[in-house]
Amino acid sequence: MEILDMSALALGSAIREKQIGVREAAQAYLDAIEAQDGALHCYNTVCRDEALQRADEVQKGIDDGTYTSPLAGVPVGIKDNICTKGVKTTCSSKILSNFVPTYDATVVQKLHAAGLVTLGKLNMDEFAMGSTTETSYTGVTHNPWDLDRVPGGSSGGAAAAVAARLAPVTLGSDTGGSIRQPASFCGVSGLKPTYGAVSRYGLVAYASSLDQIGPLAHDAADCAALFAEIEGKDPMDGTSMENPKFDFAAAAAGSLAGKKIGLPADYFGEGLAPEVRAAVEAAAKTCETLGATVETFPMPIVKYAVPAYYIIACAEACSNLSRYDGIKYGYRSPNAENLMETYVKTRSEGFGMEVKRRIMLGNFVLSSGYYDAYYNKALKAKKLIQQSFFDAFEKYDMLLGPVAPTTALKLGENLSDPLKMYLGDIYTVMINIAGVPSMALPCGFDGAGLPIGMQFIGKPFCEAEILSAAAAFQQATDFHKQSPQQR
Amino acid sequence: MQIDKTLVMYLEKLGRIELSEEQRAACEKDLQSILDYIDTLNELDTEGVEPASHSFPVANVVREDVVTNTARADVILANAPDSREGCFAVPKTVE
Repeated sequence: MEILDMSALALGSAIREKQIGVREAAQAYLDAIEAQDGALHCYNTVCRDEALQRADEVQKGIDDGTYTSPLAGVPVGIKDNICTKGVKTTCSSKILSNFVPTYDATVVQKLHAAGLVTLGKLNMDEFAMGSTTETSYTGVTHNPWDLDRVPGGSSGGAAAAVAARLAPVTLGSDTGGSIRQPASFCGVSGLKPTYGAVSRYGLVAYASSLDQIGPLAHDAADCAALFAEIEGKDPMDGTSMENPKFDFAAAAAGSLAGKKIGLPADYFGEGLAPEVRAAVEAAAKTCETLGATVETFPMPIVKYAVPAYYIIACAEACSNLSRYDGIKYGYRSPNAENLMETYVKTRSEGFGMEVKRRIMLGNFVLSSGYYDAYYNKALKAKKLIQQSFFDAFEKYDMLLGPVAPTTALKLGENLSDPLKMYLGDIYTVMINIAGVPSMALPCGFDGAGLPIGMQFIGKPFCEAEILSAAAAFQQATDFHKQSPQQR
Repeated sequence: MQIDKTLVMYLEKLGRIELSEEQRAACEKDLQSILDYIDTLNELDTEGVEPASHSFPVANVVREDVVTNTARADVILANAPDSREGCFAVPKTVE
């Protein structure tokens, strides 16, 4: 089997058995990136020399028994909002276009400790604000299934790189769907872990109460393997939590037998494309044949998820992004005469329009006179959203629904209408507000041959359960095995 | 909630951002449509509901008070747009 066609676990296994060298694996991916990324633009930065040098070190470490992870020697791509020491971390923003972190994010330290080899940094919507990767300062990423379409976002580069086989696994981040929605648009699998399951230390903050780092890969087993490497409590992130050690083998084995699955009726309402509905409903039937029971239940709070999300996310974003002032790092406007002008011109020239819009919306909902009517109201809605999930999990082991109302959109289709873009997040943002985990995976194709995605939503810290459900579904289906190259 | 140019300019000021006239007009329109939609939240009955904060019960998380990082001012200053004598340099702030 060709290196690029292998799953991350199969590649790791072949490396351990000395059938494939670590440098050989890295080289294969670097060559593929060189050949194809000009057309796709998944990567903002490719770490060619560093990757090859690191591959040789890792090979020694595998040979002498230092690295024993199932993913040791496997190449990995990292979203460009996760800090990498000595390698530019731009958040696809002009304001950080020259920023070189002086430390590695905890997840990056963990990947190094496990012997993975970093290929480069992946394109995204600017500061993870967007659902198409079109707000990137470095230019849009193209969907490998159709170059005229968006890959989704904000982890568009991370999803497209897996789909195009320019990385076997990648790390993305998910604040309101930013791992799951691009996974859905690009026909790959992606996990948004429970809030607190993975350290956020070194993740450039967008909305701190919602942000979470997670894996994207070809299948659930690879996601489970990468999640096993990055999860756990970290003293550097006070919101990370101690949990029983995640059982990777059990999760990857795959089972849906005896599981009670709830389908939120309000996930299948107005606005859902008929082909997406049909594919997810067919998937629910497949789950039944695999031993699960499936039942539809009402979840009327869905209607209020997007308004609550944009209030909370923008409020946190405007605070988090106040640090970009042109003084300590990043871009500084050359056109300023005094300190105030330095701030204003740096930020006006350094941020794109979507980021500015969210900063302004955030300042509005937090400003005197509007705080109670907007921000406080959203926090009350958050309480009710959390309660809806707790109630649902009294009856069901997990929930199943579509990831996005449609398949991948044409480039430019939503860029001019921010509200339309926000409405596309209706099925994903609630999960972040509730803090629960969700596993997105492919479940079909539409008439144009574009991938359709669904998500298993789990109880807090029950990643193993939804990964296992996804693995069982993938053992019975082959949607995740399709690739844009074959079409 | 009615958005007007005065409010947009106030929000620019709060965010230390300055829009061009063209961007300001577009932003006024976009914020209006976003807020009209956000206002649907008013239909949700939240009488007696406590505002949520953190998703899970975590409180008073502290670390041991020990220094773990090393002196690396030079590496950190290497990222600064302007630095002099081991300090971040800024435009003159007092005349």
